[in-house]
Amino acid sequence: MSDHLDDRLAAKPVSRTRETLQTLMANKLAVAGLIALTILVFVGIFGETIAPYGINEIDIPNRLTGPSGTHWFGTDDLGRDVFSRVIVAARVSLQVGFIAVGFALVVGVPIGLVAGYYRGGIDSFLMRMMDVLFSFPAILLAIAILAVLGPGVGNAMIAIGLVYTPIFARITRGSVLVVSEEVYVRAARSIGAGNRRIIARHILPNVMAPIIVQTTLSLAFAILSEAALSFLGLGVQPPNPAWGRMLAEGRNFFQQAPWMGIFPGLAILVTVMAFNFVGDGLRDALDPKQKSVIESRGQSV
Amino acid sequence: MAEPLVSVRDLQVYFPVHSTGAIRRHVNDVKAVDGVSFEVARGETLGLVGESGCGKTTTGLALLRLIEPTGGEVVFDGDVMENLTSAQLRNLRKRMAMIFQDPYASLDPRMSIGKIVAEPLEVHGLADSRTEKNHRVGELLEMVGLSPDYRNRYPHEFSGGQRQRVGIARALATEPDFIVCDEPIAALDVSIQAGVMNLLEDLQRELGLTYLFIAHDLSAVQHFSDRIAVMYLGRIVEVADRVSLYEQPKHPYTQALLSAVPVPDPAVERSRQRMVLEGDVPSPIDPPLGCNFNPRCPQVFEPCTEFDPSLTAAAGHDVACHLYDPSEPVLDG
Repeated sequence: MSDHLDDRLAAKPVSRTRETLQTLMANKLAVAGLIALTILVFVGIFGETIAPYGINEIDIPNRLTGPSGTHWFGTDDLGRDVFSRVIVAARVSLQVGFIAVGFALVVGVPIGLVAGYYRGGIDSFLMRMMDVLFSFPAILLAIAILAVLGPGVGNAMIAIGLVYTPIFARITRGSVLVVSEEVYVRAARSIGAGNRRIIARHILPNVMAPIIVQTTLSLAFAILSEAALSFLGLGVQPPNPAWGRMLAEGRNFFQQAPWMGIFPGLAILVTVMAFNFVGDGLRDALDPKQKSVIESRGQSV
Repeated sequence: MAEPLVSVRDLQVYFPVHSTGAIRRHVNDVKAVDGVSFEVARGETLGLVGESGCGKTTTGLALLRLIEPTGGEVVFDGDVMENLTSAQLRNLRKRMAMIFQDPYASLDPRMSIGKIVAEPLEVHGLADSRTEKNHRVGELLEMVGLSPDYRNRYPHEFSGGQRQRVGIARALATEPDFIVCDEPIAALDVSIQAGVMNLLEDLQRELGLTYLFIAHDLSAVQHFSDRIAVMYLGRIVEVADRVSLYEQPKHPYTQALLSAVPVPDPAVERSRQRMVLEGDVPSPIDPPLGCNFNPRCPQVFEPCTEFDPSLTAAAGHDVACHLYDPSEPVLDG
């Protein structure tokens, strides 16, 4: 065994990050997801420039026209170009996703770290609070929070963020419970490292893998939640376009103009699937147990 | 013996056992370490041997206060560790270190070995600048026989022996006086054990280190230790210098342990009488009344099942056995 490892020493240092990326790149679905996400982010940033029409360019004579060369995704009940609206709406969806999940990360991960590392009373207190949040169905809790804060994009971000906080707290705590028992944590203590240093330098880097995976998967669900809230009229307010809203508006014209609902729906589908593919790929790349399953599956084929 | 660097007095580590169910009641204790006392002189190596689960690792951890002892005291170079504030204790950690048994578990997989070795320097502010830190890390890696060029590599790229060398470099970073070596070679391939042992020996000579060397293997400590303490079920049963311990073991348990060590000469090995112990080690939750060894001792007699023998001097050894207790009448010579 030592011979084998000595051979590897002759090669360039292989960091875990690089190994992870290599595994990720070998996963076709994850690569497809990454490509889709890159396009989405590009569209999100430059949507207004790319869009062939203004999002609120009303053209009543051409209302409810089907997809054509001039209007790729057709027009809605006010003659607005569905393609332009779908493209511009990408930004707000991604924004809500990233900011809401960012909020959940920033609040949830420290809660999980503190609860898992110090245990005892503080652990019970923090995790019972998280359990209370977690016990509500996600979308109902978001609706309840928005009922208090009032509808709007900003409040939707907070609401979705709060809904996802306990997930991050739980995942982090679970991993911290395992990692804080590791010998290298005891070794760090033996050289005099304090709790804060141990948490930041030893615990956090070693619990990142599941958190990264959960972040990617949560982005998908946060975007879905935003769509649901906008569908219910609690998120993005008219006349600004949002996929969820467009879906809701399209519902009334589904018989005459199915494209009004189909294209925003497809946009949601593609985005959510892209995040999920990347998340699944990351999980396979970061979790050695999963990795072995996939490798053995590959060998048996 | 010179002024001891470390002295341990009546150290106790009990792990509470709780009842299962909604209300957790404290029902009992696992007496992992039950009244252990010993001293380690400056520059000496004290071997601590005993079978798995006898509390030797726990003793090492409690000595460094990596777990909280239940009772007793540890005096390190005149400082009673129980009386120190946590800041003082962290400062004292500069002077003591630990080398762990499993070199695969004791290095943070997310840190390069350069960072691992540099961490003690950072924690104690021992390097003023980045250059000084890098220089010192290179020096430490060289000291343990690793190329400083490896500093950016990660633990998973090394073999067990090399990882253990990284662990030793980390332990040496603060120039400690005292190192607890917790079975540092037990997890290594036999072919590389000798290399690590020699390294530890050389370092002791060069740096004047004091070791508490924990092992379950008597032959491993035989050549390495000045004195050897034998532990059984949370207690020290015998302490003696290595020569007389090997030549004239007093305690029946030590005798049994020694008879289990194979002799390299097949003629001797074939002819010698092995002393095979009956039964299992009793549970440390519920140790037997009297001497802990009495259920397995071939020479058990009346006081053994009633009174705890204390560690007393007998012909150059400290033995905890009624056979050698002058206050006890020896019944059958």
